[in-house]
Amino acid sequence: MSGEPTLSWYLALAPEIALAILLVAIQVYSRTLPSTEQRKVGLMTAWGALIILLGTLGLWLIGGEPGSQSDLAQTLMWGGMIRHDMITLVFRVIFLAALMTTSLISLDVVRLQKIEYYALLITATMGFSLMAASADLIMLYVALEMASISSYVLAGFAKGDDRSAEAGMKYFVYGAFATGLMLYGMSLLYGITTTNTTYAGTNLYGLGEIVLNSQPLSPEANGVLLIAAALIIVGFGFKISAVPFHFWTPDVYEGSPTPFTAFVSTASKAAGFAVFMRVFTSGMVGFTPGSLGEPGQSTAWWPMLVSMCIITMTIGNFAAIYQRNIKRMLAYSSIAQAGYAMIGLVTLTPDGSGAVMFYLLMYVFTNVAAFGVIVIISNVSKSNEMEDLYGLNKRSPYLALVMLFALLSLGGIPPTAGFVGKFFIFKAAVDAGYWWLALVGILNAFVALYYYLNVVKYMYLYDSDQQEVAIPVSRGAWVGLGVSTVAIIVLGIYAGPAFEWTREAAAAFFSLVGG
Amino acid sequence: MEFPFLSIITLSPIAAAIIILMLPKERGENARMLALAAMIIGLILSAYVYFSYNANLPVAGTLWANTLQFTEEHAWIPSIGINYSLGVDGLSATLVFLTAIVGVGGTLISWGIEDRPREFFAFFMLLVAGVHGVFVAVDAFLLFFFYELAVLPMYVMIVIWGWKERREYAAMKLTLYLLIGSFFSFIAFLVLYFQLPEPTFDLRVWAEADFSTSLQIAWFLPLFLGFAVLAGTFPFHNWSPDGHVAAPTAVSMIHAGVLMKLGAYASMRVGIQILPEGTVYWMPFIILLTLINVVYGSLIAMRQRDMKYLIGYSSVSHMGLVAMGFAAMNMNGFIGAGVQMVSHGVMTALFFSVVGMMYDRAHTRNMDELSGMSKVLPWGAVAFIIGGLVSMGMPGLSGFVAEFPIFLGVWEGNGLSLTGTAFALNPANFYRWVAIISAPAIVITAAYILRAVSKVFFGDYDEHKWHDMRPIRAIDKVTLVGFVVILIIIGVYPQIIVPMVQSGMEPVVARLQEAQQAFTILDTVQVGAHNLLGVAQSLLHLLGGA
Repeated sequence: MSGEPTLSWYLALAPEIALAILLVAIQVYSRTLPSTEQRKVGLMTAWGALIILLGTLGLWLIGGEPGSQSDLAQTLMWGGMIRHDMITLVFRVIFLAALMTTSLISLDVVRLQKIEYYALLITATMGFSLMAASADLIMLYVALEMASISSYVLAGFAKGDDRSAEAGMKYFVYGAFATGLMLYGMSLLYGITTTNTTYAGTNLYGLGEIVLNSQPLSPEANGVLLIAAALIIVGFGFKISAVPFHFWTPDVYEGSPTPFTAFVSTASKAAGFAVFMRVFTSGMVGFTPGSLGEPGQSTAWWPMLVSMCIITMTIGNFAAIYQRNIKRMLAYSSIAQAGYAMIGLVTLTPDGSGAVMFYLLMYVFTNVAAFGVIVIISNVSKSNEMEDLYGLNKRSPYLALVMLFALLSLGGIPPTAGFVGKFFIFKAAVDAGYWWLALVGILNAFVALYYYLNVVKYMYLYDSDQQEVAIPVSRGAWVGLGVSTVAIIVLGIYAGPAFEWTREAAAAFFSLVGG
Repeated sequence: MEFPFLSIITLSPIAAAIIILMLPKERGENARMLALAAMIIGLILSAYVYFSYNANLPVAGTLWANTLQFTEEHAWIPSIGINYSLGVDGLSATLVFLTAIVGVGGTLISWGIEDRPREFFAFFMLLVAGVHGVFVAVDAFLLFFFYELAVLPMYVMIVIWGWKERREYAAMKLTLYLLIGSFFSFIAFLVLYFQLPEPTFDLRVWAEADFSTSLQIAWFLPLFLGFAVLAGTFPFHNWSPDGHVAAPTAVSMIHAGVLMKLGAYASMRVGIQILPEGTVYWMPFIILLTLINVVYGSLIAMRQRDMKYLIGYSSVSHMGLVAMGFAAMNMNGFIGAGVQMVSHGVMTALFFSVVGMMYDRAHTRNMDELSGMSKVLPWGAVAFIIGGLVSMGMPGLSGFVAEFPIFLGVWEGNGLSLTGTAFALNPANFYRWVAIISAPAIVITAAYILRAVSKVFFGDYDEHKWHDMRPIRAIDKVTLVGFVVILIIIGVYPQIIVPMVQSGMEPVVARLQEAQQAFTILDTVQVGAHNLLGVAQSLLHLLGGA
């Protein structure tokens, strides 16, 4: 929307502005601390994230920003660069929660007690947050790069560790290539449309308007559209680590510092889904509102997405069975989890997208809890093998309990959030008529259950030769794990409000299509 | 607001589990007191629910919704029709009572557990809560929720406290079997959910829903068999003996005593009640599966040397009778099935507790090694023999009250032409043949039970071999006597349970009868049609159109 910036324009960016302030504040704070007490920077980041999170929610509950009205003109701001709606809000909550819990579980990792680490976490969060808000290809690209470059550095953060350096390099090369392809797809889209619209020629909804208004498209245009969609899927597929763009995932997850693995597997993935849903429901790749529930008939990319979804689940789960490194196992598991979430994505219904958002929200807490336990254990054991988890129940019953809940949630067993998350997704799929897709998902969930339960077995049944070595857990880490575990259980038992919230938000994806 | 009986019965074990987990390590022995307290609260409340349930209410044609008592209702996820709604009918009140009894028994039997008692009792409490939850749930989502909740503690308990040689294998097998089964039901349920005019998970609405015949036929098998896996229905019974054998005593008791009933209950409540026409169509086929269950189960039991395997396969055989009662599709069959659930529940709990006591002392369950046990475990011997008599269906004990109506019901058959159904044999005699073929199972049961009794409890007692046989504790005696008394009371005075079960079954049977009438009309249309082809067509129809 053109015109002078109003207050609501600034409010729309308030969380990002606050993150920028936090970024500066921790720099200053870090300078005032002696080098032995840099751990406090992490605490400050966590507090900052919590305050911004509450502020964002408060702004919505009390200030009514973003409003629930879904008028395009009212939600597009800053010249159509960002869209400030409920979707943005939900994803901001996801990212800020991830930032907070990640900071907490990072506290006790000595080599991460540095200002650069937290600064990069914050810039990555800003990038994710802007990605979810962006309504313009340029904005989307800039935000994505902002998040990605921070992530590349974070993956290689453990200087002196070859695996971390390898992870950073691999992540960077794959990422740059995938983003390049995505950019090419975007430029193709830009090329076949004119610039004669209300918004700038790169605005998602402007492009969507053009594509939808010129239906039926000529075969040539359709072909270009399909190629553009395919290239964009490569870029986004990389972000959410969908097969066949997943090859970086296990190596990067294994090599990166573990808290960052938790962050990248939750926040980065959620941001990938956010732009995925934004772009593919904007109409610019040929999705029309009339085709709700039966997009297979109108778009050529739909079968592509569905097969990606099925392959992602299956390969992720079957590869995970054979992993002996716990981080690699969780990496493949996160690939599979992306596959489940894609079920909700490909339904292209408000229910489905709402289910995806709920899934991502609960996945943040679940995965951070799982990785948090691993962080704490590997602080003692200095490795990430399955053997580290042996006998955890006897060494530290509460850590084992946290891990148990995280694994149950990943496996989708009540009373955890994973159960309702999967339930909503499968329900949305059946609702849209794809019960076979839900069936594939469910069969996959059982393969997954096998390796999750094996971890439970290691923790509760096997004995460790390190039985006597104590596992120290700091208070900050307990808070991080505790918050995550409570969130897993609360979302699992009292899922109603959160789900209604994401569902209401998801309606905004569709209310504006074509218009 | 009324006193929330059912919520307290269901949630008090969960509360106990949380408190137990928070106990400091050195106060581990308090765990069992807390567990027992929670179980006794459950027992008292469920006894009240059972005895104050007004079973005289339903007359023929009463809707299931109207037979529910002690109902509770709270919104949970209202936008998609999920509510926290609880209630019991005659059958579920009975089963809740049964669960509470077995729960107390299991706690008492595990009194002396030494390896990580806190975790043991916490998981045991969760298991009991899950089972209670399924029986009292009136909302399908809630039912699935508790169903899954009940399976998980089984895994952990078998893996940690189970029999070392088999536990990892058995636990994983059991968990995957049960969860995969339930999720097939779940998919079927979701598909049907969206066919309702106003999608809701409220089972009361479902119990009156009227789905199209092709839909019912297409989705009955996944919906019914998915739950029937937990009831040990052939060919999905394989997890059950392994699970029984590997599980610690208390878990075996809950598992065979109550959990398998949970499968039968859910497949009846969700499968049969919702899709009566699908039931009528498929039951002549299902009854063959149950026939295999009954006969084949008892034949395999015949060959077992391990006491727990013996009881495990005998459970498969007896649970087959429950499903056979359902397959009879008339009141006698259903009543028999309901009573059999209770009778078998108590009986197996009794068996497993005796075997557990014996194993604790002799460290073997092999029948070839044991002998003369009645000298040291006279209470156990008497209890086992009474359980064995129940198992054989001896009149005067609960087994007779259960099995006689089942055979009667199967003999009656459904009284209708079966030509339009999945298994179009000569209709008039088909069910009778099933009854005739399954009856010898009783004889085989008598054979293996008597053999086990004579080998294990009688014969020469070897003083040197069994040097550490200590006498059983008073708590164990209380448990055994409790179980035996229940078996005898039901046998002598069936009126205490039959009206309850009947009132619970009435709405289901009414729906089945309605469906049978609808089906005779359908027959004339479908005569000669290849039935499996019809299923394939309806599946294709669903694939394309839904």
